[in-house]
Amino acid sequence: MIGIISYGGYIPLRRLSRLQVVQQMAWYNPLLYMLMAGERSVANWDEDAITMAVAASYDALHNVDTKHIDAVYAASTTFPFDDRQNAAIIAEALSLNDGVRTVDITGSRKAGVSAIVAGLDALESDSARKVLVAAGDRRYTRAASTLELLYGDGAAALVLGREQVIAEFLGACAYHEDFIDHYRGAEKRYDYPWEERFIRDEGYGRIIPGAIKAYCEKYHTDIAEFTTVIYPCPFSREHAGIEKKIKASHVHTNLHEGIGDTGAAHPLVMLSHALDSAKPGDKILVLGFGQGCEVVAFQVTDAIENIKRPKGVTLGLSHKKDITYAKYLKFRNLIDADISIRAEAMPNTSLTALWRHRKMIHGFTGYRCKACGTPQFPPYPICVNPACNKSGNMEDYTFANKPGTVLMYTGDMLAASVDPPAIYGLVEFDGGGRTLLDFTDCELENLKVGSRVAMSFRIRRQDDTRGFTGYFWKAVPLME
Amino acid sequence: MATGIKDKVAIIGMGCTKFGERWDADANALMVEAYNEAIADAGIDPKEIQAAWLATCFDEVNVGKSALSASIALRLPNIAVTRVENFCASGTEAFRAAVYAVASGAYDIVLAMGCEKLKDIGYGGLPEFSQAIGILNSLWFPNITAPGCFAMLAGGYCAKYGLKMEDVKRAMAHISVKSHANGALNPKAHLQRPVTEEQVLQAPMIAYPLGLFDCCGVSDGAACAIVCSVDVAKALKKKDFVTVKALQISVSNGEEMAFSNWDGAHVVNTEKAAVRAYQEAGIKNPRQELSLLEVHDCFSITELVTMEDLHVSERGKAVNDVMDGFFDKDGTIPCQIDGGLKCFGHPIGASGLRMVYEIYLQLHGRADKRQLKNPVLGLTHNLGGFPMMNVVSVAIVGRYKD
Repeated sequence: MIGIISYGGYIPLRRLSRLQVVQQMAWYNPLLYMLMAGERSVANWDEDAITMAVAASYDALHNVDTKHIDAVYAASTTFPFDDRQNAAIIAEALSLNDGVRTVDITGSRKAGVSAIVAGLDALESDSARKVLVAAGDRRYTRAASTLELLYGDGAAALVLGREQVIAEFLGACAYHEDFIDHYRGAEKRYDYPWEERFIRDEGYGRIIPGAIKAYCEKYHTDIAEFTTVIYPCPFSREHAGIEKKIKASHVHTNLHEGIGDTGAAHPLVMLSHALDSAKPGDKILVLGFGQGCEVVAFQVTDAIENIKRPKGVTLGLSHKKDITYAKYLKFRNLIDADISIRAEAMPNTSLTALWRHRKMIHGFTGYRCKACGTPQFPPYPICVNPACNKSGNMEDYTFANKPGTVLMYTGDMLAASVDPPAIYGLVEFDGGGRTLLDFTDCELENLKVGSRVAMSFRIRRQDDTRGFTGYFWKAVPLME
Repeated sequence: MATGIKDKVAIIGMGCTKFGERWDADANALMVEAYNEAIADAGIDPKEIQAAWLATCFDEVNVGKSALSASIALRLPNIAVTRVENFCASGTEAFRAAVYAVASGAYDIVLAMGCEKLKDIGYGGLPEFSQAIGILNSLWFPNITAPGCFAMLAGGYCAKYGLKMEDVKRAMAHISVKSHANGALNPKAHLQRPVTEEQVLQAPMIAYPLGLFDCCGVSDGAACAIVCSVDVAKALKKKDFVTVKALQISVSNGEEMAFSNWDGAHVVNTEKAAVRAYQEAGIKNPRQELSLLEVHDCFSITELVTMEDLHVSERGKAVNDVMDGFFDKDGTIPCQIDGGLKCFGHPIGASGLRMVYEIYLQLHGRADKRQLKNPVLGLTHNLGGFPMMNVVSVAIVGRYKD
């Protein structure tokens, strides 16, 4: 049996109320009135498709032995690098084996589901024992556009394998058609959408039912057999209209109300959400949409009762904080705000230093002294413990998955920051070791000496001059 | 067996510029201003200087690398001139190099110059230093600033001794008010205006709990010393001269930040350097023997905690000493009688030598309106870096007794 052995999701903390955008911008674009309800998720300034995919993967991997993960298929339409493999950064952030195959799957919103199918193919052909599929999207939209209100930011991940399968692979089928509801030309920042009526009628409303019909014919099954049908369609009325058209017994919410459409990640985000409450025996059909459809189906097994369900999406939907429209505009660089002379002076990133220390920077890997057992970061050859100080007797030790306690902290108004005050402090890790870290998704007034934090892979430096995104780990206060 | 530096080296001349936003002067002009005063004070021919050390920290924004700038600006006669840099202890490092050079007998007369020209960068605070401890560091280390890091010390201190932040804030305010009152009497200080406790407590926040008046300024300045061995000083017919009693540097090895044994309520290296300095100078009880202190009050909280690390105040009790006026101008051990970094600002390379300059003036009875009664021993202290990773220098100078 092959299928899903674990899953996870990540919804960024911030929510932009659509009403707020309507209040600020409907004078300019009255079409926004149509989308007044609910809110969309907003990635923090230090989050992108990669960091969110890493967060979702951590959620998925917490009950999986990563030793036999042989491939990482990463999917997004907004990878930060056109040439430098994004899946390789994800694999390093997860401290996966050197032998892992890393693949970026991109170019369409259906890329997330294509990655699942590719992962299942690798299992079927025996070229991998376990496959991590990680999808994330953080799409830029023009201010006051309807896409600004339809889109959201988020990520989800699946671990595919052949043992302890919680959702068995039933089948897959594909349909392609160069249907252009929108496109984003090379080097363009924003999507260029076509008329909504065309997208609804000839796009979602025709292609999705057609793909479902094709699947059912291929596998001689009926859509009524499926407990849950998952397809992304950001237009809620059309989403419901498709449900009627296909005569499904249950269609999973498009999550428009709570977060918006998360692009290539969205079918996986919805699937993760569905698995949070799925029961053994449930049949789930998942569709990815974009230049046709990619369809894949699973049946939940008894084994789902044996795992602690990650619930990244379910928890992420309720764990949220408002963001003002002004702050959102600044975070996405939609306004040309002053950055101060201090912040101008950004040297380039030494790619040799980054390469040499990639485990340290991407994997948050330090050392543990084999003589005295002291975990330590940053890694140096001589043990930091003054009672030991042994030289060259170290083993790798990752802090990425270690929670910690705040020893001291500050909110710094002088430091250059996209979101001042810059909050940073000294964190003591459970199991030993301490270091100075940036804090994120954090309000100064809610922090205290003794607060509990978890580590999160984030953008450390965004160098727009040279097009380089640098990553490191930051401390995030744990949900109370 | 090492015998220490006590009473081996005499300071025979010193100079110090007016500190401040010296829009008028570049680093060369500042060095010359301090140098001319020191040469006149020492009463020597500039050609008698046989070697020199220059301290600057931010080389990229002021004098560049090497000590060529000093050699050219001062037209030194092709002697050995070397640049030293050790964060905020840089000035004291130049002094230490000069003192050791004459103590070794390698030279007769040597110059230590400290200079920093910070106000050419176009923004407040210190220059951007994300690569100050290497390019690897800039890939992961938070965008810390000095106020941010020292602000953490205040929280750590309160937590350790169970003190209320408002009580510690009041003591911090007293420290700043005291230093401003002293600075108002010093024509070379950058800031020469007294402030009230209320002004300090109501100032805008820079990094909680440090407000604007808890932070020292950023200034331009230079200070220098001319040193020789005690024998040479005697041969030059110097009388009642000032000698070096102790010179200590202590540097972090990464334990505070990476090993779980630091309490976050004090600065490890200040205590280590001070204890070694007292031993070198033969001081048994610093609270009773020291006449005055010039410490690294980059922030008010730093001065407060330093009093404990110097073993002048008991652990957890510096707040009481501060509020009792122990460190005020008319207190038992005046601290920052010249106004401190608080009023002089902190041109990094110059600060350590500026502190020695004030003690030198006090010991010679030349401190004018700030003159203390009969001082005998003075201590200077620099703290470069951050509470969790730093470079500390402690120097003790005093009157020479045969």
